[in-house]
Amino acid sequence: MGESGYLAAFIAVAAIATFATRVIPFLFFERHTEHPLVRHLGRYLPAAVMALLATVFLQRSADWSGSWMGFDALLPGVLVVIIHLWRRNALLSIAAGTISYMAIQQAGL
Amino acid sequence: MNQSVFRLTLPILFGYLPLGMAFGVLFTTQLDYAWWAAPLMGIVIYAGAGQILAVSLLAVNAGLLEVFIAMFVLNARHLFYGLSLLGQFKGAGWRKLYLIFGLTDETYSLLTSRPRGTDRAHEQEVDFRITGFNQCYWVAGCAIGALLGDNVAFDSTGIEFALVALFIVLALEQFKSLGEGFPIWLGAAAAGVAMLILPPAHQLIGAIALVTAVLLLEYRKSRGQTPHKESNHG
Repeated sequence: MGESGYLAAFIAVAAIATFATRVIPFLFFERHTEHPLVRHLGRYLPAAVMALLATVFLQRSADWSGSWMGFDALLPGVLVVIIHLWRRNALLSIAAGTISYMAIQQAGL
Repeated sequence: MNQSVFRLTLPILFGYLPLGMAFGVLFTTQLDYAWWAAPLMGIVIYAGAGQILAVSLLAVNAGLLEVFIAMFVLNARHLFYGLSLLGQFKGAGWRKLYLIFGLTDETYSLLTSRPRGTDRAHEQEVDFRITGFNQCYWVAGCAIGALLGDNVAFDSTGIEFALVALFIVLALEQFKSLGEGFPIWLGAAAAGVAMLILPPAHQLIGAIALVTAVLLLEYRKSRGQTPHKESNHG
């Protein structure tokens, strides 16, 4: 198998594996859409997933060993919460958090 | 409609463009393959962390079985996303296959958090466009990064925080529309536990499995106490 043959096979396998993780629930649970357990998960899972994604990625954005001790990401994170509770404008909250995070990171303190 | 979809997906543009570029730069600087293979991967694989892992697998000429297992395990959290979208995607026709294909963390977040009207076909069309817009941002990022390689000049350090901010905003929106804090605290606590006991590569799937297990237990408990309670949920 040549170089480009390997790359093509690699991309195909990676694409199939990734798609499999996304399509499997639809293949096996489609008939149970109205099942109370599936509705229970549909109701609560998104909120829990959002909170855990926010938590994990916030932790990964922070520098815990430097002089900021994690506050380089925690402060912009709190700013997002405050501004969002105040104005409830998603773009404004996200822009404020991102700009303040970028300023802190690029200042290199 | 496209204008409102663009507004809705704007935070994802700010996240996907730099992250896609990071992948593209990594791809051309680490590997000897043609640059266009990077956007091609963005088109057919379309997974952020998965594609970055793919660069290191390609670098060592990993076996295809190993590639399959590594990609499946890394993306296994998506198994749980579909579970909460079974009803929402029902009857979407030809669009459904693409809606499922494009189910990244960020697209899932937008599709489950945005307010929905009663016109089902219209809402599915909006879902479809959101998915398409997001993938365009990602593929554009992959292509730009791969073309520029090391010559990326502007300092966009930290711009990927847009995705973290998006997750925070969507968690707040979920809290407001549910009117219950429990799933939010559950998600944050599960993330904390996973980060304490698991290596980074397995933290997301570990936390999502934990959340699902607790929701299952809680479901069984509530069914045991009031057997018909669940039928009231819309």
